[in-house]
Amino acid sequence: MTPAVAFQKTSRHFGAVRAVDAVDLEIKPGEFFAMLGPSGSGKTTCLRLIAGFEQPTSGSISIFGERAEGVPPYRRNVNTVFQDYALFPHLNVLDNVAYGLMVKGVGKDERHRAAEDALRLVQLPGYGGRKPGQLSGGQRQRVALARALVNKPKVLLLDEPLGALDLKLRESMQEELKQLQKALGITFVFVTHDQGEALSMADRVAVFNDGRIMQVGAPEEIYQRPASRFVADFVGSSNVLPPDFVQRHAGQRRWGSLRPEQIRVGRDKSGDGVAARVLSRHYLGAATKLALDVEGLRLHATVPSGTAVPEDGEHVVLSFNRDQLHLMEEQA
Amino acid sequence: MSVQAVTGTSDVTAILPRRGGFAGSLSDLLWRRPGLLLFVMLAPPLLWLGVVYIGSLIALLAQSFFSIDEFSGLISRELTLKTYGDLFQPANLDIIIRTVTMAAMVTLASAVVAFPIAYYAARYARGKWKALFYLGVMLPLWSSYLVKVYAWKLILAKEGILTWLFAKLHLSWLLDSWLSLPVVGGNSLSVSFTGTFIVFVYVWLPFMILPIQAALERVPGNLVEASSDLGASPGQTFRNVLFPLALPGIVAGSIFTFSLTLGDYIIPQIIGTSRLFIGQAVYAQQGTAGNIPLAAAFTVVPIVIMGFYLWGAKRMGAFDAL
Repeated sequence: MTPAVAFQKTSRHFGAVRAVDAVDLEIKPGEFFAMLGPSGSGKTTCLRLIAGFEQPTSGSISIFGERAEGVPPYRRNVNTVFQDYALFPHLNVLDNVAYGLMVKGVGKDERHRAAEDALRLVQLPGYGGRKPGQLSGGQRQRVALARALVNKPKVLLLDEPLGALDLKLRESMQEELKQLQKALGITFVFVTHDQGEALSMADRVAVFNDGRIMQVGAPEEIYQRPASRFVADFVGSSNVLPPDFVQRHAGQRRWGSLRPEQIRVGRDKSGDGVAARVLSRHYLGAATKLALDVEGLRLHATVPSGTAVPEDGEHVVLSFNRDQLHLMEEQA
Repeated sequence: MSVQAVTGTSDVTAILPRRGGFAGSLSDLLWRRPGLLLFVMLAPPLLWLGVVYIGSLIALLAQSFFSIDEFSGLISRELTLKTYGDLFQPANLDIIIRTVTMAAMVTLASAVVAFPIAYYAARYARGKWKALFYLGVMLPLWSSYLVKVYAWKLILAKEGILTWLFAKLHLSWLLDSWLSLPVVGGNSLSVSFTGTFIVFVYVWLPFMILPIQAALERVPGNLVEASSDLGASPGQTFRNVLFPLALPGIVAGSIFTFSLTLGDYIIPQIIGTSRLFIGQAVYAQQGTAGNIPLAAAFTVVPIVIMGFYLWGAKRMGAFDAL
């Protein structure tokens, strides 16, 4: 099957800065793909390379098998939902949504009908007459989505589209986007720095750091079996265990990772396990997160609500299943 | 504050310390009553604008409703529309049409020349290039307007550098054939309407560049990207996004170039033909001719034209993006 988007040794350098450095990537048609990474990791530049706002310094990009280098953004059947929405302030919502069809020469009645349909799709029917300035952040976000979708793109690019929304709205938009993607069957490429968002929405996730892809895989894979210390640390703040610690407790000299929720905290000091001391506690609602001092190492563990939580400074015993301690490919 | 004040008195430990003296109570008063501060700050300029400026404008308007006795040359202070009627005499109407046409052409040319410069400055110039842009645009404004106009007279003269340049490029035929055209031509550029036009565009250009640049500066770059992303070619992006959003700036700039050209009497005096522009007509009527009412009526013409111009611009939606 032809990949929706394929990067072959693609680089984008800005002078000495290697924003994207020799990236190989294949995005499958119809998948919800997330690019996850800290700011400055190259994920947004990758998105801009697909959109055509940036041209690769070297390497190639194909979209559905067609080479895209040198093709300007306006001749790509790819649309973008911008981070701050980039709605045209001088046009009303309906004309904003119909813009793509207008520049393609679609007649007024037809494009307005299509724009109305797109607004209904994002649950904003009847908002066509308003100016973008009269809308809330969440509504603007939906208009930006409708404006992209009305063009029936082969690939929809979303650049941190939920970043400016408050938590409640963000969660409901996450569900909605996911449903929309399933219903439309369009390939979504979603850029985010929020690992929770990436894991909950995407079919596959690419984790970026320093212009390179550290790992690509399904969310469970990324979360349960991180390939490197960076991925373990960035995705879900796992406990990264140094090789000598791993050797003592698992018998292999490798870097390891252990999820906070996989650590059991026992208050019985004589029990079998690793001795630790509680440094601080953070109440999270559904659980309490403990910062622990283990043999000079700072680890985190979560204790579900309802169970007894040890006091600050209390000595506890930690235990975990050996098979849950994940050994990373990265060499010691 | 003295050392004693810091360490000695109980004021230091007060939670709501008072600042003594007249200055202290004055600033407290102004803080509590912001309206008062606004009044104090606005009163002098409002007095100036209201009394001196608007007042003299009303006096001028009143004069235009007087008339001149053609035999005695005395001004009759009876209100009449006779002077306005005089404006529609063929000679005067000619002056008005000539001036408005020139102002329109100068405005159009300024906008066309200014837009790319303003676009570059707003989109691409950063740091020292931006400083250089401002310097380049403003520098001509620092030297005397008369000096610049006389310099242009030399440039455009028959013996001037422009004629020489055309000769060197073997393009003298082009210049000559242009000068042989009716209306825009003449003996040399410095005594033709073309010359007047060139100098007007040069002198007013900064007043067009700066507002357009300010308007373009406020257009977020991602709007251009969004337009392109949605399939608009660069030309379509210009027509549908950049131009509408820059329009308030273009209109602001055109108000400057248009009204300044309508009122100017020095440039057409020094460079151009002997045919008059409105400014020159006002100058002649209030001076040698002693016909103050007609001079006043002439000055009302640009005011009325600008009124119509702004009304038209508003109807066209020029201020919608503000």
